[in-house]
Amino acid sequence: MPRHLVSLVAAGAVTCIGAAVQAAPIEPHAVVETYADIAHAMYGDAHFAAVRLQEAVRTLVAEPSAEHLFAARTAWRQARVPYQQTEVYRFGNPIVDDWEGKVNAWPLDEGLIDYVDNASYGEASEENPLYTANVIASTSLSIGGETVDVTTITPALLADSLQEAGGVEANVATGYHAIEFLLWGQDLHGTGPGAGERPWTDYAKGDACTGGHCDRRGQYLQAATDLLVDDLAWMTGQWAEGGDARQSVLQDPQAGLTAMLTGFGSLSYGEMAGERMKLGLLLNDPEEEHDCFSDNTHNSHYYDVIGMVSVYNGTYTRIDGSKVGGASLAALVAEKAPDLDAEVEAKLARSVTAFSLLKVRAETVEAYDQMLAADNAEGGAVVQAAIDSLIDQTQTIERIVAALELQPIAFEGSESLDNPAAVFQ
Amino acid sequence: MRHHRSLLCRALLTGALLCIAGPLLERATADEQTWAERVAAVVRPADDFSAAEPYEINSGGAATSHKLVNRSSFSQPSANLPFEQQLTFKVGDGIFRKLWVSAPSSTTSSDGLGPLYNSRSCQSCHLKDGRGHPPAAGEAAVSLFLRISVPPRDAQEREALASGKAPVIGEPTYGTQLQNFSLPGIVPEGQMTIATEEVPVTLADGTVVTLQKPTYGVSDLGYGPLDPAVMLSPRLAPPMIGMGLLEAIDQADIDALADPDDADGDGISGRVNRVWDQEAGAVRPGRFGWKAGEPSILQQTAHAAAGDLGLSNRFVPYPGGDCSPRQTACREAPNGEDAAAGEHELPDRMLDLVTFYSRNLAVPARRKVDDPQVLAGKALFYESGCIACHRPKFVTGDVAGRPEHSRQLIWPYTDLLVHDMGEGLADGRPEGFANGREWRTPPLWGLGLTQEVSGPTGYLHDGRARNLLEAVLWHGGEAEAAKQKVVAMTADERAALLAFLESL
Repeated sequence: MPRHLVSLVAAGAVTCIGAAVQAAPIEPHAVVETYADIAHAMYGDAHFAAVRLQEAVRTLVAEPSAEHLFAARTAWRQARVPYQQTEVYRFGNPIVDDWEGKVNAWPLDEGLIDYVDNASYGEASEENPLYTANVIASTSLSIGGETVDVTTITPALLADSLQEAGGVEANVATGYHAIEFLLWGQDLHGTGPGAGERPWTDYAKGDACTGGHCDRRGQYLQAATDLLVDDLAWMTGQWAEGGDARQSVLQDPQAGLTAMLTGFGSLSYGEMAGERMKLGLLLNDPEEEHDCFSDNTHNSHYYDVIGMVSVYNGTYTRIDGSKVGGASLAALVAEKAPDLDAEVEAKLARSVTAFSLLKVRAETVEAYDQMLAADNAEGGAVVQAAIDSLIDQTQTIERIVAALELQPIAFEGSESLDNPAAVFQ
Repeated sequence: MRHHRSLLCRALLTGALLCIAGPLLERATADEQTWAERVAAVVRPADDFSAAEPYEINSGGAATSHKLVNRSSFSQPSANLPFEQQLTFKVGDGIFRKLWVSAPSSTTSSDGLGPLYNSRSCQSCHLKDGRGHPPAAGEAAVSLFLRISVPPRDAQEREALASGKAPVIGEPTYGTQLQNFSLPGIVPEGQMTIATEEVPVTLADGTVVTLQKPTYGVSDLGYGPLDPAVMLSPRLAPPMIGMGLLEAIDQADIDALADPDDADGDGISGRVNRVWDQEAGAVRPGRFGWKAGEPSILQQTAHAAAGDLGLSNRFVPYPGGDCSPRQTACREAPNGEDAAAGEHELPDRMLDLVTFYSRNLAVPARRKVDDPQVLAGKALFYESGCIACHRPKFVTGDVAGRPEHSRQLIWPYTDLLVHDMGEGLADGRPEGFANGREWRTPPLWGLGLTQEVSGPTGYLHDGRARNLLEAVLWHGGEAEAAKQKVVAMTADERAALLAFLESL
């Protein structure tokens, strides 16, 4: 029976290639090995793209200009492409979940980092004493009754003292979105057209400096980017030969398959359809978008879906055009439940289409945040269609879990509660 | 018994693949007796402390979260939620974190804050879905506030209290809660003041523990003096975990533990608080809140939205929130109700989402259940009589439409009853049928992760205890005898007891 490999050829375009079912039975061990290989390649690409961003940031800080700010923004957008594809590794792998907040936490109270527009942002928040702390304009901060010296902005300061300071999740000091804010500034357009408009002179030297403390802004930007590079290098290592994340899926392939499908389903349903998309529509709130400073949300959503397709089909096209792949979950499902494989392939293709339409609309008609406006029925419908496609595909994923007869994960020193007879013996 | 494993077991995935133990088990009448016997056997307190009990690691049954321990340990969904409900959970989380703004605003669905309020979002008090903390010196209080009321002044008010229709009589000007924040142009009600006094306690081995005894007052009163008979009760935001499971416990199982007249003479006389249930239109057992003043998570959520954030909803359809008739500017301020859509500031769909979220914050798995010191501490906890109120185990009942909470073996360490806790902890302010010395036994699950999730720790209803030993030493009244056993312990025994508590 033929089945279809959905693979990305170019942004927005999808093609289907017929492939024959392999004759030899698919081993779960081989499937999770492919899963780990693709993770290693994806995080490696994310690291590579972050290094490019790091170079662009260094150039911007050393020789501030409109061109160099534009180049840094472009490098940030490009860095998002491989990273968003890795998000399918969340929710199933505890090592990824434990780490993820360092690199991709959102939304953030950006007043912690830099100046903000007081009229729209407000001058204070009872809940967050650091709401307008403005690290860039400060030499010391009081965090939970302790004085923290911020004279020199280092990766360690951001990671250890400022991230989630005071227990407030919105105190995001590190990761893509902190960098995004430093490159774009606040998007003050609400649900109207336009993204953040930070001028390049916010990094200018001497009297040309706008926004104050340009040198410290540059220092913050470099520290945050250096930290991102380090964090991505660390995660790439977790998936390399001998890495802990690789080991944990390889040592128990059944649990590895569970991790794959858990990540797939949870990213589709809870994280994307729910938190990142449905909430914004429900509240009609332009701040409820994933890349809110740069208006890059459509791309972030789109590449999340592309990552799912890669993991399901066991083939990933790297930034350099080379391919990484092997025994796939798709082949395993096709062997055990060909109908379900065909169904989820079709649904994944529909999701790719729905997100392509979202992406095209964002690039040609109106930005993602404009689609969230209460009076924008047409834009809202495009977002809703994308949400619906994720919900639809997840229902098939749930059936795949049942079809593969995945066993409960055994927890340390305990069976799970799946067997009432054991509990109430 | 019929055990159709294929039927019993629905494959669900979230952080872990677990099956729902309970709801699909058929309960034919003939099985009832056997089921009850089996439950009774499984919830009987342990008497063997040489090893952990089966499933003891899963404090919240199949809903237990097994994610790595970190600052988000209280923020995970019930592990047995299907994907579809993970979406609901995440959207509810978004509303829980939402910062509300004053009306009118361009985002009409986010306005309606105040005019008087204690906080702009749920999350701001329930930091990381965990416990609040008392304000540091010079800090405005957010996750600790004052409930206020007055004794009944006439026959009508006495009748309102006696019938259970009103849990308290609000202070005539300030209402039932002191809101220390307000929208621009409106005067805040006042600021809580805390004066502390050091109370040294000497343990049997000579160790001196210095407790901090707080006394509460109000300064900067915005609307004139408080009624001279006013009663103040400080309340700390409690952790959010496991509430859906507590709600799923059969009331009969709680009633069975109550002993209002101490008929068994053990010195422990737990009582069921009874409060007005707006949905039922009747007096019902209270279960949630520091004095068990709320019958359900839904009503608790609705009252918190109105009292703490000033958001009108179907339970409290007043956009002025806790503004009393004497607070006219507050009553006349613009509100966030959407008249065109016929919606409250917190519309039903949002209230229901936050309620769903609140029901499904998972209890994290225990750590070190097999550690010898932890087991020794567990034995001491049991032998000292702590479990007379901090009941280790329940099996939840069947809740229609909520298989994730049904028929789970859970380990909350509470009886959900109110107990006289002595003069040291008394707030002197009755609520419902709980008097001014009574507090509900708080659940202890997740206790050991407080520091990890919330940073500086503050235990008990007002966060006065800076660590678990201090919290134990504040126990009095019905818990006096158990506390004295802790006072008499050797240093090693105390360390073991605390190691057990930290493993929860």
